[in-house]
Amino acid sequence: MGWETWIIATLSRTLAYGTPLLLGTLGEIYAERSGVLNLGIEGMMIMGAYSAFAVAYTTGNPWLGILVAAVVGGGFSLIHAFASITLKANQVVSGLALTMLGLGLAGVLGRGWEGRPLFAAIPKITVPLLSDIPVLGPILFKGQNLIVYLTILLVPVLWIVLYRTRAGITIRAVGESPATADSLGISVSRVRYLCVAFGGVLAGIAGGYLSVAYRPAWTEGMTGGMGWIVIALTIFAFWNPVNGLLGAYLFAALYHLSFRLQPWVAPELLKAMPYAFAILVLVFVSRGTLQKRMGAPAALTLPYTRGEE
Amino acid sequence: MRSPRWLEIERRPLPSGRTIFLVSVAAILGALVVAGLFFAAYGVSPVRAYAEIFQGALGSWLGLTETVRRAIPLLLCGIGLSIAFRALFWNIGAEGQLLMGAIGAAGVALFSGLPGPLLIPAMFVAGFLAGALWALIPAALKAKLGLNDVITTLMMNYIAIYVVEWLIHGPWKGPTMRGFAYTDRFPPAAQLPTIAGTRIHWPTLLVGLLAAVLVFLLIARTKRGFEIRVVGENPHAARYAGINQVRTILFAMLISGGLAGIAGMGEVAGIHLRLLSPTQISMGYGYTAIIVAWLARRNPLAVILTAAFFGIIMAGGDVIKVTLRLPFQLINVFNGLILFFLIGSEILMHYRIRLRRR
Amino acid sequence: MSPGYLSLLAIAEEGVTGHPGQRSRLLDTRPQDVIELRGIVKRFPGVVANDGIDLSIRRGEIHCLLGENGAGKTTLMRILYGLYQPDEGEIRLFGKPVTFPSPRAALDHRIGMVHQHFRLVPTLSVEENVVLGLKEGRGPFPRFRQTRKKLRALAEAYGLPVDPQARVWQLAVGEQQRVEILKALYREADLLIMDEPTSVLTPQEVDALFETLRTLVDDGLTIVFITHKLDEVMKVSDRVTVLRRGKVVATLNTSETDKPTLARLMVGREVVFRLEKRPHEEGVPLLEVDDVHAVNDRGLPALRGVSFTVRSGEVLGVAGVSGNGQAELAEVLTGLRRATRGRIALDGSDLTNRSARAAADAGIAHVPAERITMGTVPNMSIQENLILKSYRHRPFSHGILLDERAAARHAAQAVADFRIAAPSVDTKTKLLSGGNIQRLVLARELSGEPRLVVAAHPTYGLDVGATEQVREILLAQRDRGAGILLISEDLEEILSLSDRLIVLFQGQVMGTLDAETAQVEEVGLMMAGSRKEAPGA
Repeated sequence: MGWETWIIATLSRTLAYGTPLLLGTLGEIYAERSGVLNLGIEGMMIMGAYSAFAVAYTTGNPWLGILVAAVVGGGFSLIHAFASITLKANQVVSGLALTMLGLGLAGVLGRGWEGRPLFAAIPKITVPLLSDIPVLGPILFKGQNLIVYLTILLVPVLWIVLYRTRAGITIRAVGESPATADSLGISVSRVRYLCVAFGGVLAGIAGGYLSVAYRPAWTEGMTGGMGWIVIALTIFAFWNPVNGLLGAYLFAALYHLSFRLQPWVAPELLKAMPYAFAILVLVFVSRGTLQKRMGAPAALTLPYTRGEE
Repeated sequence: MRSPRWLEIERRPLPSGRTIFLVSVAAILGALVVAGLFFAAYGVSPVRAYAEIFQGALGSWLGLTETVRRAIPLLLCGIGLSIAFRALFWNIGAEGQLLMGAIGAAGVALFSGLPGPLLIPAMFVAGFLAGALWALIPAALKAKLGLNDVITTLMMNYIAIYVVEWLIHGPWKGPTMRGFAYTDRFPPAAQLPTIAGTRIHWPTLLVGLLAAVLVFLLIARTKRGFEIRVVGENPHAARYAGINQVRTILFAMLISGGLAGIAGMGEVAGIHLRLLSPTQISMGYGYTAIIVAWLARRNPLAVILTAAFFGIIMAGGDVIKVTLRLPFQLINVFNGLILFFLIGSEILMHYRIRLRRR
Repeated sequence: MSPGYLSLLAIAEEGVTGHPGQRSRLLDTRPQDVIELRGIVKRFPGVVANDGIDLSIRRGEIHCLLGENGAGKTTLMRILYGLYQPDEGEIRLFGKPVTFPSPRAALDHRIGMVHQHFRLVPTLSVEENVVLGLKEGRGPFPRFRQTRKKLRALAEAYGLPVDPQARVWQLAVGEQQRVEILKALYREADLLIMDEPTSVLTPQEVDALFETLRTLVDDGLTIVFITHKLDEVMKVSDRVTVLRRGKVVATLNTSETDKPTLARLMVGREVVFRLEKRPHEEGVPLLEVDDVHAVNDRGLPALRGVSFTVRSGEVLGVAGVSGNGQAELAEVLTGLRRATRGRIALDGSDLTNRSARAAADAGIAHVPAERITMGTVPNMSIQENLILKSYRHRPFSHGILLDERAAARHAAQAVADFRIAAPSVDTKTKLLSGGNIQRLVLARELSGEPRLVVAAHPTYGLDVGATEQVREILLAQRDRGAGILLISEDLEEILSLSDRLIVLFQGQVMGTLDAETAQVEEVGLMMAGSRKEAPGA
């Protein structure tokens, strides 16, 4: 393969593989911004993958599959929301339990669906004219699908919402200083529920994308730990949607390059990078002012009760 | 918690040992019932299913030994977690510490050139040290920089997984069969003896049982244990009493990681006899151990019981796969359900809930 | 009428805020009293914080609420602010009865509060903090341009300059307070409640604040100002209400009273019940504190050059309203906080900035103010709590093992000696009453025959019997030859137990007095800011 062909192919695949990572990260950013750590993403993703596949296979409508995946992911996350916000249980344990439950459930339900080919997959799109632009054209506009584009569009929208709208100010306040938000009449619980559910919906769609668009098939455990990468990416993105885009695509690129870069760097070690980077990021922002500027939402993982001052 | 109008919720000052026990049992039963629904959905009577599981796990020699074999790493990791949790350190990284222990042991087995009789003791030490070191990193990060223990230990798990992957695909690669990558088989002197005809590597089991007693005594009877308990129960009082929190947390995590490392050593030196892919070394032992330790209320002696219980569950998973033709993944569902029921039961434990009389 | 007000009026007429039915303040035709509190009672377990409070605040005045901690001022304000509900009594706003079931309700009624510990989100900008919770603007986007305009007008009108786009964490404390005030003004507050606002300000900032308050009042705002500083009361208020132990002691026009009178009202009756004490024998200097400086948790100076001496066999009382450096002093002396400057010596040997363990080993006992959250481990047994500090030494441990039998013996003895009422020594500490917890702490701290006892608020929240016992125990230590540093807000306690006393105000020693001859009024004045040398205004 000539260099140009190779770059195009790699970047094109990066775009495709980065999409579910990005979706999951965007959702988790919102959940964590409101103060709730959701370790159950892996479970929600795989449930989304299964539901989308099952629905698409049975009804022949992949978009319906995605919709169901969104609902399933959101519904699942509400269990975590209920445990963490209303029952004020330990968010770590609740999230882990959700992942176990999700992985198990998807494995149980998905048995027997393996190996079935999905003809009703999300169609690949080739945009006329734009796909003829040299280099960029084939990468961006050939063989991708609608979800990829919608996800990219989602990034600026979510950025604007988080940093420029009242809703975003509210979310950030709830995650940093719930007591302040509460004293101004904001319902901390409601904001957190909504954010966690939003994260669940996006995680479900991300999973659905995997089974219905990226590689139309169902395999047990097909998310392959993507949910955990999302947790790392959220930190790596400093809880900012735009950085999330960069992080997700960067990781997806590394993932695809890992085989090519084999003579120089072992592919497995490349795959370990996002996790190591996440730790480095945390160390970096642990210093005082940086913590405030870019660090984790101050109330992350802490349940809130009024009157405890 | 603010109670809704029709419910009266008052805080119970101190749940008695009896309450704790009853509530835990209720949690398990609740999970069993809901899991039973799944059995029913597959057309298998839950009663029959559970009968088969317990019969399979305990009723036959093979089943019994498989139960014990599964329980060994759960025991070791569970004991380690009980001491970490006591110091209020959320060690989600037992999985990674286990894998590092496996690496340490494998390294000694394959490359150290030690004479025969020294190999196994050296592997125990290497496993302990590797796991301990892996645990000390996030412990130091929390103690010195205040980094969140959950996230750092979680990340370390995945780094460990990829280190194993790298070794078996790269520098330590042995024969490749059918697409799986392994290291060479360990020399016979580096293989743990097993009870004849079973897969129970009894030296590790003994170490585990001994550890349960020793760690229990450590926590209950020594100065260090006292410090760990104070730090975990009330960090302010620990500071006031002049207890060095950094050293205490590091000490607790050293033991926690070391024990998980021994578990890893046991798996590669006793069961697989080589270093292989991470998901084959540990089927989530490090995560299941969290439930094991929690259910045992962080008491190392009780961990013996809860580890055995989850050993039954895991062995049972094999049973349902073969005998009942149900998916092994039901075990994960069961584990997840137990955790949720435990969370819910915590509420019952600390609050007395009554219907408000008019 | 200030020039800024005209621009404010102009913006109001533009209807930017979108508040329906907004009126300018000058055209108010509402009754004279903004707030009237009738018979407010608020009880907490073990204490009546507000005991039948009658209070009325007139429109357009600056009204100070004066009192020590525990007098009930914070509770009262939290009721007004919707954080607590009164058990009895009524609140009237402009003559109409109202209730405030939540802080939001108070806000909706145009009551704004400036808290002592600011309610701001540090990572958001000033303007974001101001509009937080407000529904103004078209669609989802807040209209920052209008917000900035209004903020600028408010800032100009009332002398509250602040950069609307700065992040709150970047602002100095004084500026942050301005944001708190602006938040309330932005919401058209009629009544502004300020809780100890000057505690974090420099003298210049205090003057600027008072300027602002006067301007606000000129424009029709009403201000309630909680404080314990007499200087401020005299400087800025129109009327002052003195609270003591949950009751209103007096409401006076500021122009008709003076500092000594207020001091007397604030701290209590002239006659003080003095305990039977053995005559004080002049001992040797035990603890020498020399020019100690320290910083509190928020980074602000808490101790600013404190010097004093404690002799063996004497009780040195530290009087003063909470928050003036007492907590930090106790922590510095017991190795829990760094002294940034100065020297501490016990029996001649330097103990400055040594660890808590070193302080304990040197013979300094610490009876902390927070006996439950700091002084004990609630989930551990009495026996274990008793060896919380001594577990390292024999006979409680040999090598690495604890000696449980020795600990049990010690516990049994302590329970008997100190009359700790509990089912057994294995009972968990969190089940004990406050008095018994304190007995446990004392038993532990005093068992090693300490040289110095740092006792912070030792009888706070205890019943009469326990209080008496604690005081007897402390005096017994004094008779034994130990030195006692008694930190307390209860002036009566200080005067009756101490041999000598110092008064802390804003991290400095206002003066040293002999307890026998000290006058309550004099001490009260010092607690409220006057130095010993200069006579009060």
